[in-house]
Amino acid sequence: MSEVLFFIASISAIIGAIGVVTLRNPLYAVLALVCHLVALAALFLLLRAEFVAAAQVVVYAGAVMVLYVFVVAYVGGGDEVAAGSTLRILGPLFAIAVAIELFIAMLGTALKGINGQGAHYKLGFGTPEHIGKLFLTDYLLPFEVASLLLLVAAIGAVVLARRRRGLGDDDFELARLLSTPRPAYTGTIAEGVGVRKVLEQLEQAHGGAMELTAEREGEEK
Amino acid sequence: MSPTTWGWLVLLFPLLGTIVIGLGFRRYSRIAGVIGTGAIALSFVCAVGSLLSLLGRSGGHREVVSSLWNYASSAGVDAKLQILVDPVSVFMILVVTGVSTLIHLYSTAYMRSDAGYSRYFAYLNFFVLSMLILVLGGNFVMLIVGWAFVGAASYMLISFWYRRTTATSAGIKAFVINVVGDVGLVLGTFFIFRHTHTVSFLGTFKDAPHVFHTDSTDLVAGCLLFLVGAFAKSAQVPLHTWLPDAMEGPTPVSSLIHAATMVTAGVYLIVRLHPLFQLAPSAAEVGAIVGCLTLLIAGSIALVVTDLKRVIAYSTMSQIGYMIMGASAGAYTGALFHLMTHAFFKALLFMAAGSIIGAMAGNQSLDRMHGFRKAMPFTFACFLIGGLALSGVPPFSGWFSKDDILAYVNNRGGIYEVIGVLGYVGALLTGLYTFRMIFRAFYGEPSKEAVEYAHGHPAHAEVPRNPLTGEVEDTAVGFPGSEHATAEDEPAMTIAMGLLAALAVVGGALQIPGVDHVITNFLAPSLAGAPLAAASHEPSTGTAWVGLIIGAVIGAVGITVAYLIYVARPGTAARFQAAAPWLHKFLVNKWYFDEAIDLVVVRPVLAFGRFVESVLERIVISGGVTGGVTGAVRSGSAAVRRAQTGFLRYYAAALMLGLSIVVLYFLISST
Amino acid sequence: MTLGWYLAVSVLIFCIGAGGVLVRRNPLVVLLCLELMLNGANLALVTFARMHGGEAGQIFALIVLVVAACEVTVGLGLVVAISRRNLPIDVDGMHELNG
Repeated sequence: MSEVLFFIASISAIIGAIGVVTLRNPLYAVLALVCHLVALAALFLLLRAEFVAAAQVVVYAGAVMVLYVFVVAYVGGGDEVAAGSTLRILGPLFAIAVAIELFIAMLGTALKGINGQGAHYKLGFGTPEHIGKLFLTDYLLPFEVASLLLLVAAIGAVVLARRRRGLGDDDFELARLLSTPRPAYTGTIAEGVGVRKVLEQLEQAHGGAMELTAEREGEEK
Repeated sequence: MSPTTWGWLVLLFPLLGTIVIGLGFRRYSRIAGVIGTGAIALSFVCAVGSLLSLLGRSGGHREVVSSLWNYASSAGVDAKLQILVDPVSVFMILVVTGVSTLIHLYSTAYMRSDAGYSRYFAYLNFFVLSMLILVLGGNFVMLIVGWAFVGAASYMLISFWYRRTTATSAGIKAFVINVVGDVGLVLGTFFIFRHTHTVSFLGTFKDAPHVFHTDSTDLVAGCLLFLVGAFAKSAQVPLHTWLPDAMEGPTPVSSLIHAATMVTAGVYLIVRLHPLFQLAPSAAEVGAIVGCLTLLIAGSIALVVTDLKRVIAYSTMSQIGYMIMGASAGAYTGALFHLMTHAFFKALLFMAAGSIIGAMAGNQSLDRMHGFRKAMPFTFACFLIGGLALSGVPPFSGWFSKDDILAYVNNRGGIYEVIGVLGYVGALLTGLYTFRMIFRAFYGEPSKEAVEYAHGHPAHAEVPRNPLTGEVEDTAVGFPGSEHATAEDEPAMTIAMGLLAALAVVGGALQIPGVDHVITNFLAPSLAGAPLAAASHEPSTGTAWVGLIIGAVIGAVGITVAYLIYVARPGTAARFQAAAPWLHKFLVNKWYFDEAIDLVVVRPVLAFGRFVESVLERIVISGGVTGGVTGAVRSGSAAVRRAQTGFLRYYAAALMLGLSIVVLYFLISST
Repeated sequence: MTLGWYLAVSVLIFCIGAGGVLVRRNPLVVLLCLELMLNGANLALVTFARMHGGEAGQIFALIVLVVAACEVTVGLGLVVAISRRNLPIDVDGMHELNG
């Protein structure tokens, strides 16, 4: 029975993965990933990791993917062409190469556990009680660090994505920044990066020259 | 007090003088002259003290060594701050400090209007200090230190009027040639040290007969290198070209350094190292031959030169040739005796020259000065005394000392007889050029400056000029001052010159053959053990007197010929010049030594330098080494920079590639 | 099933995700493929936890989950900021940090 379940779950996971990679519409790709995540939760259950499976469904498939859906709806991205010439072939090639190497490693290994069913089952293995106790005793430091990381990420996301005052102000902001006087033809990074092209693009987007008024000087970066 | 304590005191006072004046030279005015003269006078007193305390000891104990500390005892070199007080060094310090005191006194008046008055006295004290270190040094290290310092002091004093281009180039020329001599001295020390393994003088002299056999290669090489040093410092051919140019310095400097003291350092060197030279007779012969050549060449050039100071400079070169000749031949007593009397009368001549140049408002050309006999009687008297002493006319001191040398050299036989005869020829030339100078400057129609001086207003140049090239100068710092001093007006100059004149007259009484041998007896302890200084080599009293009479006659002949040419029949000199213009040109161009040295040494060195700069420096080092390294780095980084495309996916691909390689590595290494 | 099969599935998921990162041009989809890779790693971790009998692997997998969530947050924030400036949402279009 468990083999049947294993095969169903793993095939759904793999099909979901392939779907993420190949589907053109990003929304469909997100949905494929959700399917993949649920299949993966099933695999976790087969491996007796109850709490991880639950966290996977609730956090990953539930919260993170919902976030993704919102962003995809907002940003879109639309149709896009496939990769440029070289990487279209090289990309899958590298991936296949790594896969082959890892398979060889796995098949050639002398690890006894791989050919077995795993360790003898201890009562309460994988239960939330055990995981929680471990988090608060042996693995306290990673727990605290992970919470700090979450805090930092939340603040970072807010800072990155916040809206400036007024519509179209960011363009002026950007243009002001980009037009700070720099010596020409001296190899500054700004020059190598193509600041002038970006400025031209912005000017085109706003139809003509943009005035940089003094009131915008007070903007903090 | 022991002789060495006096010796350290002799060194201490000029050192203090240098430091005190040197540190405050911007603030002092006249006081610098007082401090400088006082320091050297105190040093002279201590020199007398050391003489008395040395005489208080018996003959065998008259070589006293004292060290203050060890500089370095590593690698077997026992370099110590050490002085050796023995008769030779006491003799030298007496001469040096005595004459220096008088010259300092003279300078207080002569340099009175110069803007660099204090700096001058600081330099002069430093020079006396260096010379004293040189002669008091008890090992080769101190000798070399003193030698180098004297060269430096000479450079500083020759280019004292540093805004004059001729003076600065003369200073550089003197210094470069002196450095050649320094190299010879140091290399010579090394050749000797290799075998004796000690640098102290007494140790070397004790070991030398056991370590070297006569004329062994290293010893001859070492002695020849010492001779190179002696020739450079004492201005012997071919390293003599700096001395006439050194007359660019102030006249008291010429009188002290380039007449009485520094140029005699070479003579001192040979006398001090006489045990080594006696073991290497070939090197000594070279020294005697070069000394003889110099005295003839210098004497011939002095016959045609028209700058007053340069005539006296060539005369110095010639007299030092006598001393070197004598010291190399073995006449140590005679050489040092002549050194002393020469110091007296040559310093006197230079001082008197300074006086008459002052009356001429800085002009030094013999062509323009004549007829000063009535206008400057004291200066004339000094010139006369100095000239008679120089020409070897009895009973002046020069007669006794010069003929002491010549008698010894003639008595030695062999090649030295030839050298001795040439020495007498040189004596004839000496009389001739000396009195040419005196008769031209003091006899004949009084020149304009003489007439003005006689009437009480000394000449004054409206526009100060360089005496050699005639360029216009000013009288601010770096150039001579506006006022010129003459002996008749300045008491300091009168006293100094008077004392020297008195010494030039009576100095010969110290060593009259057959009557007294003060110097020989005094120097005997230092020279004990030198076979050449033994009594067997000394000419007998009769031979000595014959030599003296020959010398007197030759001197008198020279003076008479000069009188005939320049006073009795005034046009004779011009007729000689017209008869042999090529000879005149050859002599006026100083036997073309300057040009020869320029061709043989200066140009190849400059060409080599230019070659190294253009090829080695520019192409190999800047282009190849630094350019190549930076080029390689730059092209390497340019190549690496192409991997930074900015495309995210390429970076990811690179990551994957790296990952696959790492996994591959682990796969392979685990099999 | 023996645990080797689970590891094989994990390798496949990881490599499919890697291929996706290299091939897709929409930054959102690139981030999705990155999630795939993380999930593959998570599966391997839980498998080994099962193999050894200790829960360390599961704890590690939970931390990886947290990290993945944070990374998604920040990444999506970046994409939103880019789209706000009306710049093209294309990984190849943002190549100015070169040279």
